[in-house]
Amino acid sequence: MTNTQSKTPLLEVKHLKKYFNVKKSKLHAVDDVSASINEGTTLGVVGESGCGKSTLGRVILRLIEPTDGEIYFNGRNIRKAGKREMRELRKSMQIIFQDPYSSLNPRKSVYDLIATPLIVNKMFKNRKELEKRVISLMDMVGLEEGLYNTYPHELDGGRRQRICIARASALEPKFIVCDEPVSALDVSIQAQILNLLMDLQDEMGLTYMFITHDMSVVKHISDEIMVMYMGKCVEKAPSRELFKNPLHPYTKALFSAIPIPDISMRTKKFHVIRGEVTSPIDPEPGCRFAPRCEYCQEGCVGKEIELREVSPSHFVACPFVK
Amino acid sequence: MSIQNSKKQKSEAAIVYKKKQSPARETWRRLLKNKSSVISLVFLIIVVLLAIFADVLFDKSLITTQRVDIRIQPPSLEHWFGTDVYGRDIFTRMVYGSRVSLTIGIVTMALGMLIGGLLGACAAYFGGMLDSFIMRFTDMFMAIPETLLALCVVAAMGASASSLIFALTIAIIPGNCRLVRSAVLGVVDTEYVEAARACGMSDFRIIMTEILPNALSPIIVVSTQGVANIMLTASSLSYLGMGVQPPNPEWGAMIADAREYLRAAPYMCVLPGIVIVLTALAFNLLGDGLRDALDPRLKD
Amino acid sequence: MSENLLEVKDLEVIYKTDQKTVHAINRIGFTLQRGETLGIVGETGAGKTTTGLSILRLLPERTGHVVGGSIIFDGTDLMKLSEEEMRSSIRGERISMIFQDPMTSLNPVMTVGEQIAEAIIYHSESDKSSSEVEARVDEVLEMVGIPAFRKKDYPHQFSGGMKQRVVIAMALACEPELLIADEPTTALDVTIQAQVLAMISELRDRLGTAMIMITNDLGIIAQICDQVAVMYAGQLVETGTLEDIFVKKEHHPYTVGLFGAIPNLNEETDRLSPIDGLMPELLKLPKGCFFAERCPHCMEICKSVPPKAHVNGTHRITCHLFTSKDE
Repeated sequence: MTNTQSKTPLLEVKHLKKYFNVKKSKLHAVDDVSASINEGTTLGVVGESGCGKSTLGRVILRLIEPTDGEIYFNGRNIRKAGKREMRELRKSMQIIFQDPYSSLNPRKSVYDLIATPLIVNKMFKNRKELEKRVISLMDMVGLEEGLYNTYPHELDGGRRQRICIARASALEPKFIVCDEPVSALDVSIQAQILNLLMDLQDEMGLTYMFITHDMSVVKHISDEIMVMYMGKCVEKAPSRELFKNPLHPYTKALFSAIPIPDISMRTKKFHVIRGEVTSPIDPEPGCRFAPRCEYCQEGCVGKEIELREVSPSHFVACPFVK
Repeated sequence: MSIQNSKKQKSEAAIVYKKKQSPARETWRRLLKNKSSVISLVFLIIVVLLAIFADVLFDKSLITTQRVDIRIQPPSLEHWFGTDVYGRDIFTRMVYGSRVSLTIGIVTMALGMLIGGLLGACAAYFGGMLDSFIMRFTDMFMAIPETLLALCVVAAMGASASSLIFALTIAIIPGNCRLVRSAVLGVVDTEYVEAARACGMSDFRIIMTEILPNALSPIIVVSTQGVANIMLTASSLSYLGMGVQPPNPEWGAMIADAREYLRAAPYMCVLPGIVIVLTALAFNLLGDGLRDALDPRLKD
Repeated sequence: MSENLLEVKDLEVIYKTDQKTVHAINRIGFTLQRGETLGIVGETGAGKTTTGLSILRLLPERTGHVVGGSIIFDGTDLMKLSEEEMRSSIRGERISMIFQDPMTSLNPVMTVGEQIAEAIIYHSESDKSSSEVEARVDEVLEMVGIPAFRKKDYPHQFSGGMKQRVVIAMALACEPELLIADEPTTALDVTIQAQVLAMISELRDRLGTAMIMITNDLGIIAQICDQVAVMYAGQLVETGTLEDIFVKKEHHPYTVGLFGAIPNLNEETDRLSPIDGLMPELLKLPKGCFFAERCPHCMEICKSVPPKAHVNGTHRITCHLFTSKDE
């Protein structure tokens, strides 16, 4: 969609780490991840459950405090921002959650839900203006005005997710973390929401970090894609490049595991990678994917594998990729 | 490409369009739909009104003046609940007694729930050291039986209605604290709390507007049942001579006094007993109704 | 045509509560032959799971009622069997079902070995000795790719994918003739989903089990099914062979919408073309076609007259667009 090059990144994270304490050991949820997102573009983050992609999104917004690393937003290191400063920053960084059922306070009406961020940040002069603003937000995300006094439980998943989007856009943020915003929705509704998100991006110049486990969705919406496995970024490339030329064995495995709605592909048996995700608690240094990798060799374990740029803006963390 | 396309969603007949109403009115409207809570409410209002206007409606001297000529008389038009062993009108004593009993019940529960609730909510919300500290502290108090604890406090402070309230409040704080903590724990990890934090809401505001309303059901049920319970505990303390001092009337004390005459004059015990039961029941039913009315998820 | 293993005719199911009646399934019919796999695809609330539950007569007792139609399984009408006959000779023995969530399908306080053994003992006619049962448990576990020594483990010691394997092992322990799989991989990650799907299709081919695969993923349908039924609002709007649905040009507008809503991995598209609106709540049935309100090709007739099926060989489309040409 938008060109990825030649702009200063809106968001940049460097060597971000989040370890959780579990019974005297450390669970490496996010382990030394660096990334940057340019203004007006979308970074897709894909991976399977437990790979740390949701934690990454929350750490960036400092909803969870990082263990180590830097987060720059608009050139400013927000890792060091104080409580008040952070509250100010939250206006420009928002999040949309996976489950529109649990991310809306069931006791608030649609109006109250959308008005809350405006009230909290005192972004209106009088009641009338607030009301007008809420109605225009509802209109923007395609919610009929007549719904403003209904409650979330009376609405379907698609409409609920529209409320979440309206709430997140209320403060006119620059950056939104979308944490699996369409995974809980049916395909036809999913397409409606994806289109809405893309329209809003065009209109408001939004920057997204789009977290999902669905390959086809991430391809559709992202400019750049980061593939995560057990807290590590294993591959990062522009969307088109990644799908044309996946290099890391895990990325390849992910792609070949997707059932494709095309019967000409049927002859191709599922390419199955063996085993399951190993424990992220105090992992050995080295490639996290090694125990499942068919190309695994001696050099894969023992020392950390760095992300290398193998072709312009295509990064891979695998020693055997040329 | 058309932007309108993604925004259009056909309106469905299934969606109910509602006029904007304030949440309080909405709750009130739903409460009025519940028959048993309306009856309870009316009953409680009558009880409260009687307590408030007792001085206007009754002769206060009746509750203390002893008249041997009319002692132990069964209910009649003149003495609705009959008279007690000293010839005092039981109905008048009940009305004046309600002032003490209701005040003790309601004030104690309110204070206990407020303090215990805040402690519990903070413990659950902030977690960590604060949680451990508060919880160990309440554990300490829970190890002592409620009544015994209250007895000690009253003994130290001297018997009076206010020391009863103080004593009972301290006794119920640990339980309420635990209750609210567990109710809040179920809500604190939800995504709407996270969303509230993401939009810059302060911790206090999150607890008050996002968490507590959603943890309300058990709190309301326990509170309303608690009022009745406290009234009974206060009565038993009074009976032990640790509460309201005779000849001032108090519901529990009145029943205790009447026990000796259960055979000869059952009404002395039974009628006040019925009033206590009805009041407790009314509180419970009102609590149930309130819980449902406050929850917009329940169909009206 | 060989003999049908399963024949569902004009099935109608409602959920009835004090306040409302939901018409969950509205006169659907399909047939399934031995060894064949039927994929039922549709959105949440389309009635896919209800179809599966009706076949096993497992609808919630108080609210779910079959109000019409028949389900003929291998010559017997399941609707006429007693509950006892269903339990002892159909469920688990001849027809098994796998549910979406493996976490809740297993008893957390029994070892997986015990749970599989239970299924075997309950359904075996002659009394098997305990060593025979144990041998069978080992065999079944190995069949789904779990080493036999893990039979002494409890469900929480298994990962999601492994649990689903255990559930499948239980379902296949008695070698049923029909397996109903209700979104068996929705709760799993893609790489694990691929493992489980590969295993299911391999076992199906080896044991010759017929299967009904309920899913909302057209990809899964394309990869492992032979027949496809597209379900919408409790009706089958389109049925046919895999080629009918995926290759032929004529389709029900809802099927077209379903395909349009998935982002394509192989092509570049800027926008998806979703279906507008929502599925109607099935409280009161619309007069005409159920899809009319959302249909981009809706005609006058669609709003008042229910469409008939347009049949072209194995391909059936229930839509006025095609039936009007027939006449």
